Amino acid sequence: MDQLLSLFNTYTAEFPTLWMTVKILLLPIVPLILAVAFFTVTERWVIGWMQVRRGPVYIGKGFLQPFADVFKLLFKEIIIPSKSNLFLFRLAPMLALIPAFAAWAVVPAGDGMVHSDVNAGLLYLLAMTSMGVYGIILAGWASNSKYAFLGAMRAAAQVISYEIAMGFALVGVLIAAGSLNLSEIVRAQGGNGGIFEWFMWPLFPLFLIYFISGLAETNRAPFDVAEGESEIVAGFHVEYAGSAFALFFLAEYANMILVSFLVPLFFCGGWLSPFPESWGLIGKGGPHWLAVKVAFFAFMFLWFRATFPRYRYDQIMRLGWKVFIPITIVWVMVTGVLVYTGVLVPNS
Amino acid sequence: MNAVIRYFKSLLLIELLKGMALTGKYLVAPKYTVRYPEEAIPKSNRFRGLHALRRYPNGEERCIACKLCEAVCPALAITIDSEQRADDSRRTTRYDIDLFKCIFCGFCEESCPVDSIVETHIHEYHFEQRGENIVSKQQLLAIGDRYEAEIAAARRQDAAYR
Amino acid sequence: MSFEVLLFYVLAVVLVAASLAVVTLRNPVHCALSLVLTFFTCACLWLLLRAEFLAIALVLVYVGAVMVLFLFVVMMLDIKSLPDREGFTTYLPAGLVVAAIMLIELIGLMGARKLMQGGGVRDAAAEQGLSNTEWLGRVLFSDYILPFEIAAVILTVAIVAAVALTLRHRPNLRTQDPAKQSATRREDRVRLVDLPSSSGSKQP
Repeated sequence: MDQLLSLFNTYTAEFPTLWMTVKILLLPIVPLILAVAFFTVTERWVIGWMQVRRGPVYIGKGFLQPFADVFKLLFKEIIIPSKSNLFLFRLAPMLALIPAFAAWAVVPAGDGMVHSDVNAGLLYLLAMTSMGVYGIILAGWASNSKYAFLGAMRAAAQVISYEIAMGFALVGVLIAAGSLNLSEIVRAQGGNGGIFEWFMWPLFPLFLIYFISGLAETNRAPFDVAEGESEIVAGFHVEYAGSAFALFFLAEYANMILVSFLVPLFFCGGWLSPFPESWGLIGKGGPHWLAVKVAFFAFMFLWFRATFPRYRYDQIMRLGWKVFIPITIVWVMVTGVLVYTGVLVPNS
Repeated sequence: MNAVIRYFKSLLLIELLKGMALTGKYLVAPKYTVRYPEEAIPKSNRFRGLHALRRYPNGEERCIACKLCEAVCPALAITIDSEQRADDSRRTTRYDIDLFKCIFCGFCEESCPVDSIVETHIHEYHFEQRGENIVSKQQLLAIGDRYEAEIAAARRQDAAYR
Repeated sequence: MSFEVLLFYVLAVVLVAASLAVVTLRNPVHCALSLVLTFFTCACLWLLLRAEFLAIALVLVYVGAVMVLFLFVVMMLDIKSLPDREGFTTYLPAGLVVAAIMLIELIGLMGARKLMQGGGVRDAAAEQGLSNTEWLGRVLFSDYILPFEIAAVILTVAIVAAVALTLRHRPNLRTQDPAKQSATRREDRVRLVDLPSSSGSKQP
């Protein structure tokens, strides 16, 4: 055993890049793809149940349905529209997927359980999520289709509008936490008050706005005008089939799970327990608490989709610019006052 | 004042929460969907499915080739040829139903004076070759022989209302 | 050659190639995307220099927002009608003069810095034991608060001016007011009327 361990250590020391690649593949990528697979089938179940249907029940009681879907998509032909821009048409799905996966580098799963504990983690996240829109825009333009192009234009305008509100909401978080590091932000929410130490109480409007902007950034219902089926067929990915479509699908769901991770990390105490630390075992934080919170917010995505009708485009713009941005600016100032008067103590 | 109340109501997302409460209620509500091949909803005894020709208990076919069904059929799906049999009774030599033409209205069954042509409760059948859609007399009689018990039971149930 | 130096050269080559592509490619969308690549590579170079805040801000602002708007506009154009390098030779002398002036200025600046400091770049953040982001924040909001706020005001004025210049009031235009629409309640539109049921053939 010791020999094996020393051999392992030499290898990891000899080939750090290789070892990093293996680690990246093992830790976020494979579980993420599996999570996306089961998230899709959960979505179909939940929406089915809310519509008084059963959802998928046949392939392995529904549990194997995502794998059936994946194989179907992988074996389908990729149709390339005539007069499309071939290079960009092929590049677009990859550009959508890369930022969706890259953002996971700084997301902690528990205390110290993070690939890269960088100081500017929050900024990095903002940068990565804002880059995801390129895949959508290029897909829409390169397809040489009016519907796809309309979808791309809508997606671009929407993502830019909501990024601002999202950024301001995070400014409030970083004022309250006094750090840009995600682990530090979570630690700043610790303390003996349990659930009442979390940022969601003093920053309640920012919490709501961040989650709603997250919905808008991932182009999910009720903000899914970029792929509004009833108006523009499927929006930006209308010309994509087979595995290229699967990549877009994967990127969208990976982004949803990412937002479901970030909301608890920023506002709901991350891996911390909702009970006071002094309560012994139940008050001890750990990845299981984060998992519970993530599952809750992921479920909210599905619940919203099953409940709300799609926003009209001009109403989306109004909500982003005229409602969210003023509220966030006001509440950032309120947070500043709270910190200045000592109600909130950053980096505690 | 009203505007202020409305403002706070919209900020607190009350209407959205109401909608979510509704869908949340349906999340746990019993589901309506029937898993068809495994489960089936009960069928009425008046269900009009695949056709059959019946026989009397002594084995004699009921049909007397009166051609009332052929005349009443709105889709012209029935074709009948008849001849005198050796015992001088009039019988069909050909009784074809084109199931592609048939609209399953049940008029043939209503018009039959001897309850010969009936529509059974069978609805799960298929054709694999062109031409199989035309069902011959032999096939119809075979269906009748096979499902006679169920056909008779359905007719008995309905008799009180006729 | 260490890994960092190798990476620097690779990034530098990509950067130069991408920026050349910006001015030489024919398809404007490809040009805009090359500009995105240029910004991104530049951000990577800055990361190598441990200026992580600037690098991420570059990606966030230029790649994430500005270039998206650029693409937005460029994609709306009918690119087929663009002429092939028309006027390339006419503008070449002017472009060369500008490039030469910029080169001279850059060389002069580098020489001046060398004379002032005697080589080497000082890492102010590391000297104080702070992270790059934190140090920038402290400096911006203490020593340079006045220029920072003035810049902010100028940008705000620019935004207001742009809006004021492009805002046209067309009196006869009928538009929707989303605020009013979403404030509408069921009670405003629906009236339930309790009509007496018709009582047989009684005449009024």
